[in-house]
Amino acid sequence: MDISFNEVSYTYQPNSPFEHKALIDLSFQIDSGSFVAIVGHTGSGKSTLIQHLNGLLRPTKGEIKIGDYHIRAEEKIAKVKALRRQVGIVFQYPEHQLFEETIAKDIAFGPKNFGVDEEEINRRIPILMEAVHLPLTLLDRSPFDLSGGQMRRVAIAGVLALEPSVLVLDEPTAGLDPKGQQEIMDMFATLHKKKNLTTILVTHSMEDALKYADHVIIMDHGQKYMEGLPHEVFVEKDKLQQVQLDVPEVIQFLQAFEAKFGQTIPYQGQTLTELARLMQEILKGEQKYV
Amino acid sequence: MSNSIIIGQYVPGDSWIHRLDPRIKIVIIFCFVVFVFFANTALSYGWLTLFAIATAASTKIKARFIAKGLTPVWFLIIFTFVLHLIVTREGTVLFEVFTFPIYSGALIQGFSISLRFFLLILVTSLLTLTTTPIEITDAIESLLHPLKKIKFPVHELALMMSISLRFIPTLMQETEKISKAQASRGVDFKTGPLKDRIQAVVPLLVPLFVSAFKRAEDLAMAMEARGYRGGEGRSKLRELVIRKQDIIALGLFAFVIVVLFLLRS
Repeated sequence: MDISFNEVSYTYQPNSPFEHKALIDLSFQIDSGSFVAIVGHTGSGKSTLIQHLNGLLRPTKGEIKIGDYHIRAEEKIAKVKALRRQVGIVFQYPEHQLFEETIAKDIAFGPKNFGVDEEEINRRIPILMEAVHLPLTLLDRSPFDLSGGQMRRVAIAGVLALEPSVLVLDEPTAGLDPKGQQEIMDMFATLHKKKNLTTILVTHSMEDALKYADHVIIMDHGQKYMEGLPHEVFVEKDKLQQVQLDVPEVIQFLQAFEAKFGQTIPYQGQTLTELARLMQEILKGEQKYV
Repeated sequence: MSNSIIIGQYVPGDSWIHRLDPRIKIVIIFCFVVFVFFANTALSYGWLTLFAIATAASTKIKARFIAKGLTPVWFLIIFTFVLHLIVTREGTVLFEVFTFPIYSGALIQGFSISLRFFLLILVTSLLTLTTTPIEITDAIESLLHPLKKIKFPVHELALMMSISLRFIPTLMQETEKISKAQASRGVDFKTGPLKDRIQAVVPLLVPLFVSAFKRAEDLAMAMEARGYRGGEGRSKLRELVIRKQDIIALGLFAFVIVVLFLLRS
């Protein structure tokens, strides 16, 4: 689904001493099927932004379009439940939302609420367990018996069980071990391609944004600071540092490489191996000429 | 969520009410709560109202904010008023509403009781609006200190209080977070038949309890790791000291009470 924000503002506790403007005149477009990374310093308004995507918050000003759904400041959101079925949100530390007696029941909770029939749910569960790399033997165990990382996977499966067409991820890998982080992110990337999802990833990790996203939005103090293709945005070291963000390591290394050898390697989403080979070739070529 | 409830919510500020010693504030408010019941003439009520409003004004918190915070209590105040109109049958009949007689005594009673209510709530909420929860617990610990002689666990009580106060906002945030997560999974907290709405609380309460117990365990562990072993010989980071302004405040309040008794009949 295409998503568009049109001059959206959101203020927490307006007209009180605690008034806080979390979003200020924010406008952007997300095309259907794209993988968008939203990056920003803590408190830049990322989490507020994503809560607008399924109508948990209503803008204080402006208009949001998500597919055929319109969210405006003045009016109540029509068909909010239908919207929530389309937009799945994996919140930060989603394992906190687990509550059922068994893992199977917890995964089934979402689709059940949206009226998916039992048979269909039972068909989805094993597929989901496989997608999040959990053995089927766990299905009848309590989610509270699991390790933190496994609980996270169950919670993610619980959101994926809705089969949403827009998937919103709020720092899905925070607090996981490196291997778990990699697995989860790869799983999202695969799902994104396979199910033709529109994926929105909120992250602190410039590496993830660079690796998975095809569009990056950088937020600062509730406003859009930069927007564009990842390899274009992430080379602007000075601009990024102004909002306490770092250039991803890969790009840092390429820049250092350029400074040292005077050879520019444009970053176009190559893998580490590809880059290493490229450098090797360039350096070998250099050696020949010298 | 419940952003409008201000009872128990501290508003940072730098008015002289904010800077008063919390013990003095508690003592004054405690006395005020008692003395409100001594008012029995229009003048004495007026005097106390003046005191309450003057105090509220000198906190420099926006009047609109205080008034908005009292909204849940307005209902109670109006309810008391109406109840008195209906039940009390003293004095003369003033007029009739749908053949129901309204007595003059009822009007006076209703008005004074509601005013008492209003004053009590206004003044007590001023305490929490201008005093951090930590200050309040420190003050209570210090005020209850004499009870230590009869083996009353004053320090433990104060600790329990400050811990629970500390966790109110945390738990509220947690509730909001979990209810949003469950709402995203299709739980409807706001509409639908009552039975469904009660059931909708389960996915909210279970995670909330789980995390509360976890937090308690973590906190206990962290306290133990830092060598906490109760109040014996424990020094304080913030010493409470009575200063000149506190004495002045007490004097002013004593003056208010003396005038109150002069205005009584």
